[in-house]
Amino acid sequence: MNDIKVKVKELSLRYGTNPALKKISMDIPEKMVTAFIGPSGCGKSTFLRTLNRMNDLIDNVTIEGEVLIDNINIYDKNIDVVNLRKKVGMIFQKSNPFAKSVYDNIAFGPRINGISQKSILDEIVEKSLKQAAIWDEVKDRLFNSALSLSGGQQQRICIARTLAVNPEIILMDEPASALDPISTAKIEELIHELKKEYTIVIVTHNMQQAARTSDLTALFYMGDLVEMNKTEIIFSNPARKQTEDYISGRFG
Amino acid sequence: MNRNVKDIVVEGITGVSVLVIIFIIVTILAVTIVGGWPNLNLTFLSEFPKDGMTKGGIFPAIVGTAVMTIIMAVAAVPFGVITAIYLAEYASEKSILAKTIRFAVKTLAVVPSIIFGLFGLGFFIGFVGKNMDGLLNGGALKWGQPNILWASFTMALLTLPVVIVSVEEAIRTIPREMREASLALGATKWQTIRSVVLPGSVSGILTGTILAVSRGAGEVAPILFTGAAYFLSDLPHSLSDQFMSLGYHIYIMSTQSSDVDATLPIQFATTLVLLLLTFSLNAVAVILRYRIRKRAK
Repeated sequence: MNDIKVKVKELSLRYGTNPALKKISMDIPEKMVTAFIGPSGCGKSTFLRTLNRMNDLIDNVTIEGEVLIDNINIYDKNIDVVNLRKKVGMIFQKSNPFAKSVYDNIAFGPRINGISQKSILDEIVEKSLKQAAIWDEVKDRLFNSALSLSGGQQQRICIARTLAVNPEIILMDEPASALDPISTAKIEELIHELKKEYTIVIVTHNMQQAARTSDLTALFYMGDLVEMNKTEIIFSNPARKQTEDYISGRFG
Repeated sequence: MNRNVKDIVVEGITGVSVLVIIFIIVTILAVTIVGGWPNLNLTFLSEFPKDGMTKGGIFPAIVGTAVMTIIMAVAAVPFGVITAIYLAEYASEKSILAKTIRFAVKTLAVVPSIIFGLFGLGFFIGFVGKNMDGLLNGGALKWGQPNILWASFTMALLTLPVVIVSVEEAIRTIPREMREASLALGATKWQTIRSVVLPGSVSGILTGTILAVSRGAGEVAPILFTGAAYFLSDLPHSLSDQFMSLGYHIYIMSTQSSDVDATLPIQFATTLVLLLLTFSLNAVAVILRYRIRKRAK
């Protein structure tokens, strides 16, 4: 097992008075893929969004507990959320490229960080698109709108866009749930490549996907972390009856 | 009554309503075109009025309307866009300030235009202008009287709600996913607004601008006391000059002229020019929006 990258200690989250996460503690290892599974509304996406403080954007959310990334609590008062989000990138369920060219999409992050020299931007764009395994498909239409690409291509553009900011952790919220099987396979292949350099946390509804892509799997249910272990153990010999029932399709 | 009969009655009523509206529009256009077209020529557009405004053209009124409209847009659009950004992006829905602003905008939108005229007279001329003269000109009268700047500002107030509402609507149509994408890349809120939200709202900002402009171009009441002149022998050279305007020109010729019948052809032609101006502005808005939407796809 690799070093711990993210350490969560007794994290609770409430929407108003409604508890959505109940004292979650977990360790997420560096440069591995950790998958969150569980039925809809179990809190897995909410939990994912606490790791880059995206829940800050929602009114009426109360968060208690700690999330330590490289031993620093990201909920500390002195934390600059903007820097945190550069370090912890995010891919969303619905691909969300900007209504700009492919090039401008990828260059968005570097530009807001003050990079304006064309040669450097060119280099970042090419490198990020290659890393996201989409360079060959778009290299001749870098200046076409990203919205003209297919859904699967758009999602890989979003991944390239995140990579361009040079994150250490990539959070993926059901990144392939809206894609066809071939596009899904490409994303999964990409996840496999990316974990060599990045710590990846993926939320998925698809248990085969969790089994195929992840090293560790955590099952959430009603805001609780039911069980977390190496993926092969979760899928072959889980410790809890509830886990076994869920992965065998008896509930959820 | 039989259900089928009800259906026929409803269809009849809706059909008649539509016909009435079409009839009104066609009548306005027909009367204006028939009365105005024969008098519309290059001389009419490029000459000053002559012989107690019974002859000559409307050149100064066209220039005055155009300049007033431009100053109005320059004043109202940035202010409206900034307010809309605040309402859509920064204000919490429940905050008292946001509720107050919304109430104020709604109220502003229904205030009769003549009230804006009186407000402009009292505030811009009587208060701001007078004090500017006191401070800048040692009390000599320059800004404390009606002029094109105060008229444009008064008109800007009138059109401000239109701008705010249409820009805020446009900003709200930017999906949350787009904002999240930007924020997740480490953009600050302002960077997100500047590089994602505002570029996506361009069509709304343009629509607001053009709606404001085409409404302002034809309004008369707000400029009655604040800058429009009955007749001027020269174009305005500075912001402290008065100006002639198309709408006001129609009003005075139809009510104040010593010989209303003699001015009738000019009235028709001026009305036609005003209609053409506002229609072409709207056409520009439609074309711009269409192009931007096409580019966005």
